[in-house]
Amino acid sequence: MKTTHLLLATSALAMSAGAASAVDLTFVSWGGAYQESQLKAYAEPYMAAHPDVNIIWDESSAEAVAKLRAMNEAGNLTWDLVDVTVSDSMRLCDEGLARPIDGATELAAAPDGTDADTDFGATRVNECFVPQIVYSTTWGYRTDLVGDTPPTSVCDVFDLAKYPGKRAMQKRPIDNVEWALYCDGVAKEDIYSVLSTDEGVARAFAKLDTIKDQVVWWTAGAETPQLLADGEVVMGSTFNGRLFSAIAEQNQPIGMLWDMQSYDIDGWIVPTGLSPEKEAIVMDFLMFATDTQRLADQAKYISYGPARASSAPLVGKHEALGIEMAPHMPTDPANATNVLHYDYTWWADHRDDIDAKFQAWLAQ
Amino acid sequence: MTIRTSIVPTPSLAGFTLPINAVAGALLGYLVGTAKGNPVLGAAAGAVFAALLALVILRFAPKRSLGRLAGAVITGVVGLALAGIAGLVFGALVGLVLSWLAYWLHTGDYRSNVPVYATSGDVLWSNTFRLICGLIFFFLIAPIAVVIPLSFNAENFFTFTPAMLALDPDGYSLKHYQDFMTNPDWLRPLKNSFIIAPFATIISVSLGTLAAIGLSQSHVPGRRAIMAILISPMIVPLIISATGMFFFYSGLGVFLEDTLHFSKDLSGYIKVILAHAVLGIPFVIITVTATLVGFDRSLTRAAANMGAGPVRTFFKVQMPLILPGVISGGLFAFITSFDEVVVVLFVGSAVQKTLPWQMFTGLREQISPTILAVATILVVISILLLTTLELLRRRSERLRGMSPS
Repeated sequence: MKTTHLLLATSALAMSAGAASAVDLTFVSWGGAYQESQLKAYAEPYMAAHPDVNIIWDESSAEAVAKLRAMNEAGNLTWDLVDVTVSDSMRLCDEGLARPIDGATELAAAPDGTDADTDFGATRVNECFVPQIVYSTTWGYRTDLVGDTPPTSVCDVFDLAKYPGKRAMQKRPIDNVEWALYCDGVAKEDIYSVLSTDEGVARAFAKLDTIKDQVVWWTAGAETPQLLADGEVVMGSTFNGRLFSAIAEQNQPIGMLWDMQSYDIDGWIVPTGLSPEKEAIVMDFLMFATDTQRLADQAKYISYGPARASSAPLVGKHEALGIEMAPHMPTDPANATNVLHYDYTWWADHRDDIDAKFQAWLAQ
Repeated sequence: MTIRTSIVPTPSLAGFTLPINAVAGALLGYLVGTAKGNPVLGAAAGAVFAALLALVILRFAPKRSLGRLAGAVITGVVGLALAGIAGLVFGALVGLVLSWLAYWLHTGDYRSNVPVYATSGDVLWSNTFRLICGLIFFFLIAPIAVVIPLSFNAENFFTFTPAMLALDPDGYSLKHYQDFMTNPDWLRPLKNSFIIAPFATIISVSLGTLAAIGLSQSHVPGRRAIMAILISPMIVPLIISATGMFFFYSGLGVFLEDTLHFSKDLSGYIKVILAHAVLGIPFVIITVTATLVGFDRSLTRAAANMGAGPVRTFFKVQMPLILPGVISGGLFAFITSFDEVVVVLFVGSAVQKTLPWQMFTGLREQISPTILAVATILVVISILLLTTLELLRRRSERLRGMSPS
């Protein structure tokens, strides 16, 4: 009986503590080192300046579209700010689940007075999406398993004679079919016109067929670093920040292959249907968290490039390791000599079709 | 036992004990050889070594304990020469196994668990059967046991590093436990789990026990149909229950917040607790119903005869007798809520994030050994909980003068 009383008392205390603080905001992100960088660069400074705001994190960005749809249908919105990829932001914006944001009045201008939309440039792909970082999907390899000649081209992935062993690839067609066509001799600028034909898709799968039985398919970004650390794969694709963390912070024998890295952008959307009081706080946070200095600050914690042009010169050193971060950015000129600009508008139109073909090909 | 072993003739050394020991040594040598890159050489060396070891200890150490010690020391020294400290530990273990096997065969102990008239085939089958049972236990326990050393990894990967395999202290650390104890990402879910699970358990135990008692009365119409509906949450795939609950409890949440003006956090906790209580009720009903089968109904009639009301009868007569069923049902309900990840992902919001939810996202987004540290702590808690329960049960049986079954 005594324990029951104790439990009742503690939980009542916990609940009233939750109710007493002025505003609880729920931010949705991807977890891991990326969310940690957002916490350090944006949320902690903001909470320090606004003690009445408490930010809680939900690592559900992977299901952002499905969950926001369900919440909307059930009339039970529990999220206040959501971190999504470009393609998800386009779906949410089209469906009216994300709120349009005016770059001139609701986002901070650059220090030299350039307005936010110009400063973000091409990264602000639609009116609902406030970009934060440019990241890339690229390749890492075990330095001790590739001999004296480490791979220098993405086509080395398809060369089983030169680099025998398993490869880790993301279980989705995006990037993989582009790399396959490129290594089958298609010029970079022709990739999407070739992919628009059935023969082109078949050609990409035929190229992937040459390594299919050596591929380990991954779905979560943490898998490739784990597989590389175990030595279960010789090379694997993943997000460049994960590889940086495995190499620089965990001292694993892994090398970076930047050739044909595939750029993508991550950013915030504000869900529609927030109460006016909450929306005011969220918009205030958003203006603070996406200004020039804050985006540059995030690069102290993770090797992703800030989405604003004006932030790039402000990128400094890694907070804990003290190494210069600029050379580890996917946008650094030395790393960006040969980049795959993945075409999200093309994929928005063809995704369902190619996904179905990819799944059928996987099952063969 | 002594009589039986004495009538078993000592088996032939060269024709029986040494060959079998050599086979066991070849198997172990094959494993070591595979790790070192030459399985054939490993198997051959293992066979020769095991046969020689058996010959030496059986010849020179008639006393078992001494012989086993010698076997462990000899093999340990060989391991030390081959692979350092880790080799010493592994070698000593191998030596213990091989010397145990040598005495077990040589003294005829391998026949001690079968009748004297058993044929060689019977003896072989009996021991193979025991080996199979041992392997089944191994396959059940190994996946859980392997997590425990990995949780002391000094690196942030699920990998046995070379330093760990060499038993180098630098390869081990408590940093993942420290992370669990200090990181708010883990402390908040821990607190939530300890708020949600006890309340869900209290509700499921109260409602489940009442339902079980009601349903065990013969005069209740449609007993089987009601029972089937009540235990359906256990049978319906969880993802389907969870989807339904999401929409149902969203409506409840809107009512709690808008009409009763509960705070969003409080209504969130209420929703998750109720959802988990629903999942726990079937376990309570099933265990309590099973206990009620052995309950003598004439006791309640006797109590009524002596003037006790139904409530008094329940608490003074029936409850103490069915308590073991209630407690184990409650334990199942607690574990159901404590382990549950699907429903809470649907019904809860980030404020109600529980430990399994955090482990799930941790596994998906960041493969961090902190998850293994948490898993190890949970395994230890489960063992303690079950041990306590078993001790309590034995105590109550002793107090009531029943012999433990």
